[in-house]
Amino acid sequence: MPGADKEADLTERIEAFLADLKRGGCGTGPIRGSGETARETTALLRKVTAQARWSSAGDLMEIIRKEGRRMTAAQPSETTVGNMVLRVLKIIREEYARSRGSSEETDQQESLHKLLTSGGLSEENFRQHFVHLKANVIEAINELLTELDGTTDNIAMQALEHIHSNEVIMTVGRSRTVEAFLKDAARKRKFHVIVAECAPFCQGHEMATNLSKASIETTVIADAAIFAVMSRVNKVIIGTQTVLANGGLRAVNGTHTVALAARHHSTPLIVCAPMFKLSPQFPNEEDTFHKFVSPHEVLPFTEGEILSKVNVHCPVFDYVPPELITLFISNIGGNAPSYIYRLMSELYHPEDHDL
Amino acid sequence: MNPIQHHFIGQCTCLSLSPASTVLPASAPVPVPVSGAPSHSSPAPSPADKPAKSRAEQKAERRARQEADRASKQQSCSSSSKTKAPPSELNPVVKRLPEHVQVDDPAVVKRLAKKLERQQIPLRSDYGYKVSLFSHLHQYSRKAPLTQQLSIPSTVIHPSIVRLGLQYSQGIVVGSNARSVALLHAFKQVIRDYTTPPNEELARDLVNKLKPYISFLNQCRPLSASMGNAIKYIKKEISNIPSHFKEEEAKTKLQTCIDRYINENVVLAAKAISKYAIEKINLTSVILSDRTWKKFRVIVVDSRPRLEGREALRRLVQRGISCTYVLISALSYILPEVSKVFLGAHALLANGYVMSRVGTSQIALVARTFNVPVLVCCETYKFCERVQTDSFVSNELDDPDDLMVTRKGKTQLENWHDVSSLGLLNLVYDVTPPDFVDLVITDLGMIPCTSVPVVLRVKNLEQ
Repeated sequence: MPGADKEADLTERIEAFLADLKRGGCGTGPIRGSGETARETTALLRKVTAQARWSSAGDLMEIIRKEGRRMTAAQPSETTVGNMVLRVLKIIREEYARSRGSSEETDQQESLHKLLTSGGLSEENFRQHFVHLKANVIEAINELLTELDGTTDNIAMQALEHIHSNEVIMTVGRSRTVEAFLKDAARKRKFHVIVAECAPFCQGHEMATNLSKASIETTVIADAAIFAVMSRVNKVIIGTQTVLANGGLRAVNGTHTVALAARHHSTPLIVCAPMFKLSPQFPNEEDTFHKFVSPHEVLPFTEGEILSKVNVHCPVFDYVPPELITLFISNIGGNAPSYIYRLMSELYHPEDHDL
Repeated sequence: MNPIQHHFIGQCTCLSLSPASTVLPASAPVPVPVSGAPSHSSPAPSPADKPAKSRAEQKAERRARQEADRASKQQSCSSSSKTKAPPSELNPVVKRLPEHVQVDDPAVVKRLAKKLERQQIPLRSDYGYKVSLFSHLHQYSRKAPLTQQLSIPSTVIHPSIVRLGLQYSQGIVVGSNARSVALLHAFKQVIRDYTTPPNEELARDLVNKLKPYISFLNQCRPLSASMGNAIKYIKKEISNIPSHFKEEEAKTKLQTCIDRYINENVVLAAKAISKYAIEKINLTSVILSDRTWKKFRVIVVDSRPRLEGREALRRLVQRGISCTYVLISALSYILPEVSKVFLGAHALLANGYVMSRVGTSQIALVARTFNVPVLVCCETYKFCERVQTDSFVSNELDDPDDLMVTRKGKTQLENWHDVSSLGLLNLVYDVTPPDFVDLVITDLGMIPCTSVPVVLRVKNLEQ
């Protein structure tokens, strides 16, 4: 039966996606970049919307929440998955509200005024059935997908506004967004890039080879030399894994050192992050913030005689507080870190923050 | 391994620990493997034999010795009746800029080439693409040591110097202390094998003999500040040899001088520093068997490409200290657990800046952000009269190929030579500003970073 086939196909795709996510956490970075993860997640959610059985918005939201919880549990550090689920939930709410005809001017934040005056505010339980809801939601998700496709280009287009000639720019590790950003600027301007290699995975090497192939003057330095060369650097441009709700970053390890060195020399720190990396998490959850990988990257098994007597740590991420960041460049333009909370309230609904 | 080499590498760990490592200069049990007297030198009085003397007594001894020296010099000295006035602090200093920071000036390079040709020492050529910011420095490859261009046996350079140069350039002898001690031992060998040619005076001729050796060593690897001070000391001692001394007497005197220098400035200094440093570790004391141990944990921070921290880690684990090991990129993760940071230094500059292995300034910066005290351990013989404010003007570039790494069978930067716009930078040293450093522990006591010129002045007066 075609229906059963489609369902089986859907579950298969979801399982494959979860397996990929689980495997992708092995330290060398996910097998695919976060952009592709976001796109895959959204495509899967669109499929779920199309094929699952639901009659009202509330049912759909329940189904999506369930799938979302499974996906985030597979790889908690890959926050783009959770972010996309939240976006889709917000889309469903909006489409529902539009179908009902109620205005969208309602401020979602709880305000004292609202609490006192609303009183019998109808408990939105999303039970009404609308015929065109499915089509609307799928169309909105398609728009989201188009937006996701264009994020890197949108960010790269802003490059010329921020980079002038003969600058020395420093970056850390490997970020596809920053790579596109710098390559775009290199078409018209000549500048020098210093890449910190970011041990132990040394992704900076790949970044440097890619940049030098685009005829950008690149230098690779060891992590230890970051402060030593910072006095000659004009700007620091980095990518990040996640942008947290307070405007801080969860970025690859070593970024906090770069940020401190930049602040010491009063060098601006620019973060290129597309909007799908914005997450409603705060950094104070100690046990979930850090992710560790095998310490064999740091102290290999060949050092066997001391390995058993020594503690070796290999954290993957660093927290960078928002005070050290000068500017966020995202696909919707440039923002200061203090504005991030506002952007978040536009992207996600507060009731969805805990899946 | 040759016992000499073992001795030196042992020497270097405890203190001027080259890498950016937060390492403790040894716990209560005797740290320094002192007594490995090299087989072929005259038995040096090892400090284990000497009765323990207090610092004041040693100083008084030294002063008495110097008075005697000065008296004898005045007697043998011919004309000048007036004693030389101590050099005023305000004399304009006319220093010539060392060659190794003027590589981009062709006139200087030509002058050096001519000088080396006269001394019959090969000129080492630079390797690989040099980053434009550092075009004024040399960049050598480890695969092309200078000794390949020498004829064997070399008539100009003493074989122990050749061996030493090779050890420097291949990175077998590393670390400020190790290099100085190795240098002094090699010089002792040179002095032992030296015979004064007829019609020449030992004092003058020996100094001239040493000049090509020093150029050769400089070509193998630029001299460190401590080596420079050691060489200055030797040259002074040699030129102070009274002319009535017979050759054997002079040679023995020089050898005792060298041994004394090593003993005072390296070995005993290490002990003094550890004694002061231990006071700074104020954790619960745990009595273990019949020795008092202070219980603490050490975190060793290491960095690519040299990974010198692993050696330190091994030694600490052997002593039974519980250790943690991380790379420098994990610094922000590990610093909240740290109560004190101990760093080694390569040299202390006269404006209070600490010159040390690359990465040290980073550790000091992040430690300051987390409000963790930073203590630097450094012997006084490494204090240097140079001043420097950034890590560019005077530094050393190591072999750039060291930055390459092979992961999962793939070397990303394998063909970096072919790509014209790609450069690799392997810095060796960096300077830490004095506001990041809270205390410097030396053999003269615990001083702030800014007191370096005071110590230098005191040392100059003593001499």
